[in-house]
Amino acid sequence: MKLRATSEDRVTQIVLIGLALAFLAFFLLLPLVAVFSEALAQGVGPFMDAVHTPDALAAIRLTLIIAAISVPLNVVFGIAASWAITKFQFPGKSLLITLIDLPFSVSPVVSGLIFVLLFGANGLIGPWLAAHDLKIIFAVPGIVLATVFITFPFVARELIPLMMEQGKDDEEAALSLGASGWQTFWHVTLPNIRWGLLYGVLLCNARAMGEFGAVSVVSGHIRGETNTMPLHVEILYNEYDFVGAFAVASLLALLALVTLVAKSVLEWRFDLHSGASH
Amino acid sequence: MTFKRQSILPGFGPSFGYTVLYLSLIVLIPLSAVFLKSSTSGWSHFWQAIRSPNVVAAYRLSFGASLAAGLISVALGFLIAWVLVRYSFPGKRVVSALVDLPFALPTAVAGIALTSLYAPNGWIGQFLEPMGIKVAFTSLGITIALVFIGLPFVVRSVEPVLADLGKDVEEAAATLGATRYQTFARVILPAIGPALLTGFAMAFARGVGEYGSVIFISGNMPGKTEIAPLLIVTQLEQYAYAGATAIATVMMLASFSVLLLINWIQAVSRQRMGA
Repeated sequence: MKLRATSEDRVTQIVLIGLALAFLAFFLLLPLVAVFSEALAQGVGPFMDAVHTPDALAAIRLTLIIAAISVPLNVVFGIAASWAITKFQFPGKSLLITLIDLPFSVSPVVSGLIFVLLFGANGLIGPWLAAHDLKIIFAVPGIVLATVFITFPFVARELIPLMMEQGKDDEEAALSLGASGWQTFWHVTLPNIRWGLLYGVLLCNARAMGEFGAVSVVSGHIRGETNTMPLHVEILYNEYDFVGAFAVASLLALLALVTLVAKSVLEWRFDLHSGASH
Repeated sequence: MTFKRQSILPGFGPSFGYTVLYLSLIVLIPLSAVFLKSSTSGWSHFWQAIRSPNVVAAYRLSFGASLAAGLISVALGFLIAWVLVRYSFPGKRVVSALVDLPFALPTAVAGIALTSLYAPNGWIGQFLEPMGIKVAFTSLGITIALVFIGLPFVVRSVEPVLADLGKDVEEAAATLGATRYQTFARVILPAIGPALLTGFAMAFARGVGEYGSVIFISGNMPGKTEIAPLLIVTQLEQYAYAGATAIATVMMLASFSVLLLINWIQAVSRQRMGA
């Protein structure tokens, strides 16, 4: 056997690859397989029934609505923030980037708590809201706020490094050729960043639909009204309706799989760097 | 003197203004509500809340399990990153995509899946039960859930550094007579040390705050397997806002310290690398 100085021999390689794959299968793949296997434990019939209950359908609808509101909000923010940060020089830029990342280092439960402290019955502006008959906590607006907070950095975080790398030469060329600011953005910047943007939207959406801790604190768990899919999974599970819980969970797992496939395709085809994305 | 440096590109005012406004409304003002609430509840109340036996036990469990899970994630994550960067094998792309699963899979889904695997009658639990190893509803189960959550942080922070680490330094070490082990310990490990530490810190910070994937497998026995985030939820359910806020404040201070630590590690290693 020939030993090379800067690599391991093939036997060591195979052992290490085997170990790594075994750990991955054990820690990551097995839980994923378990979701689908438990969901279909009693066949397709009970699975379909569990997904078709009015409560499950209401949860699916609410989850889609929440994502449809919070993802676009964070897309607009992400584009504005990365435009300001990557195309201009100003003091305090690195502080601004750190602040944008802040929601990542806050526990999901605490993310929910802050909105309860603001808008809850005993919160800072809770009494004022109650006097005007406005409901935020234990209602849909609270869930949207908590979701927007949790998914806040996703789009900006993907766009900032990408646009930093691309620089501003293209935009300057367009402007000097007589394009307006908007024309430059639509015809130069947006095509340049579209795949990175899509990548950010995918991650943002997956988290928005799957968020549990933060939403659990602000939702109030009212069936058919403020129950999102992850919360519905919890309720069914705690009622020992395992087929039901895993059936709804398997829909969320499918969403995760679709996200992973789309993300990988984007990475291979457009050579997008996957930083330490969350 | 103007705030920003001259540029022919338009739109600084609106984009910067919107960024700061949105950041303040969604993140900064709500977050400061926690500290405001904490300070208005009074120091003695705060102190009392975080020193009650249940809370101390929960902190010990949350920080202890996150520490253990972080260390396990570092070991496994390094192995996985090494194999993904250095070796080629069939199905590598699928394996690489699988690493990101915990980022994409909703935490509640991970939580119930892990619980069903490690429950005494589960796929894995049924083999461990006769050996007297209990995973579900113990701190071991909590640690396993946190490894699931923490693993990708380590892999994704080590991978790019390992890929950037040129073969030439290893060749140089080998030419100078180093064994493979010496090269590994003296050349490779110091170079990726900051990335390992960053991955560990991220996994740890995430673990301390993690809720969805843990509360199902932990069983939530008071004083034994209650994690700190669960106590916040319990306090909130009893409308004990001040207590919940006190527990949350300590957790936030801990995670912000970790965030600062990460920034510091990265700044130092950038300086050392001379980039």
